[in-house]
Amino acid sequence: MANIDTAAGKKVVIKGMILLGAITILEVLIALLGNGHIIDGFHLPKLLMYPLMIGLSLYKAYFIVFEFMHMKYELPGLVRSVLLPTALLIWAVIAFFSEGNYWKHNRKQIQDWNKEQVSTKENKPAAETGK
Amino acid sequence: MATDAIMSHEVQDENELWAGGKEPFGASYGKLMMWYFLLSDAFTFAGFLISYGTLRFSMPTWPLPDFVFSSLPGGIHHAPLIFVTFMTFVLIMSSVTMVRAVQEGHNGNRMGVVKWMGWTIVGGAMFLSCQAWEWTTLIGTEHMSVITNPFGTHVTDGVYLEDEHGHPYAAGEKAETFTAHHTYLIEKEKDEATGKEEWIHRKFKTKDGEIGQQEFGPKAFGALFFFITGFHGFHVFSGVLFLTIILVNAASGLYQNRGNHYEMVEKIGLYWHFVDLVWVFVFLVYYLL
Repeated sequence: MANIDTAAGKKVVIKGMILLGAITILEVLIALLGNGHIIDGFHLPKLLMYPLMIGLSLYKAYFIVFEFMHMKYELPGLVRSVLLPTALLIWAVIAFFSEGNYWKHNRKQIQDWNKEQVSTKENKPAAETGK
Repeated sequence: MATDAIMSHEVQDENELWAGGKEPFGASYGKLMMWYFLLSDAFTFAGFLISYGTLRFSMPTWPLPDFVFSSLPGGIHHAPLIFVTFMTFVLIMSSVTMVRAVQEGHNGNRMGVVKWMGWTIVGGAMFLSCQAWEWTTLIGTEHMSVITNPFGTHVTDGVYLEDEHGHPYAAGEKAETFTAHHTYLIEKEKDEATGKEEWIHRKFKTKDGEIGQQEFGPKAFGALFFFITGFHGFHVFSGVLFLTIILVNAASGLYQNRGNHYEMVEKIGLYWHFVDLVWVFVFLVYYLL
């Protein structure tokens, strides 16, 4: 690292600051725009907003780890021993979000089934002979 | 054969590399262990975020973050997510100043290291102050706690039958309406009769004609918010403490004498960037999604 000269180093820093700041503003704008705070009543589908915001945050994470934390300049062994578990962790977080959503879907389905009307007497014999 | 000789030579080198006394990953013991500590800390935070995400997405409603987090110091309201975006900027800036400090360390510039670490500490302290203000507002003004969540969400459209103070609307008064997924705050006011602070559960009528009352939101919201931001804030606080200790050490010339390009500054820099990284994900998952 001692061979990186100061001027180039400062440039990376300024570039990083502007990049991270701009991406953060972009994420917040997407959130505010999609929820109707900038244009009244305007809504973006979550299916569009969520991947955009998650993708931008993952890019910020990549930049912080690889440039600010110098991961880009480390030996492959170190890089893999840290990043592979982290990648699995990020997958775990996303998988569990989806799992929670599945629980909600299940609960709603049971609620809907509970609300269903019981079949009348005329219909019952037909159903039993079917067995 | 020639290739066998090359291969056995490579294997020998590999074995020598791992036989002890060398740095297989090209990093010193302290730096390598800092990376693995950060990895373990990432597991801890991932555990919290997983429990948050699973609970949140399993619930039919959840308080909208842009309603809950919409105040600014000075009594300003209806500024959704502005304050927390400012907090994110402060932490990003402190990460940037930390990178400058590490660069100055590599150049052996003692006063440069002190200056830029100083700015990093200022950034960290500012972030903590902002978080403290956020907590104070939520606990003191909005009466949120680890077991009470006064932010509820409507599931259908409807119209209120009472005003903000819990009194039925007068004859000519225009009743406030609401739409589905609209988040509300249950206010706490002093009851004239008893003199005690009481929660006001405003009555409303849904578009299907059902009469209901404002209910508390999911309890998990408060518990998760204070726990996750508290744990992160604890990391920021300990980071500021360590940064101060290392700044004092650097100023005294201790690291200059070690001749390792201020590696200690680099190591605490790794920790500080990790704190920023965790905030990127907490910010995403709690305030944006």
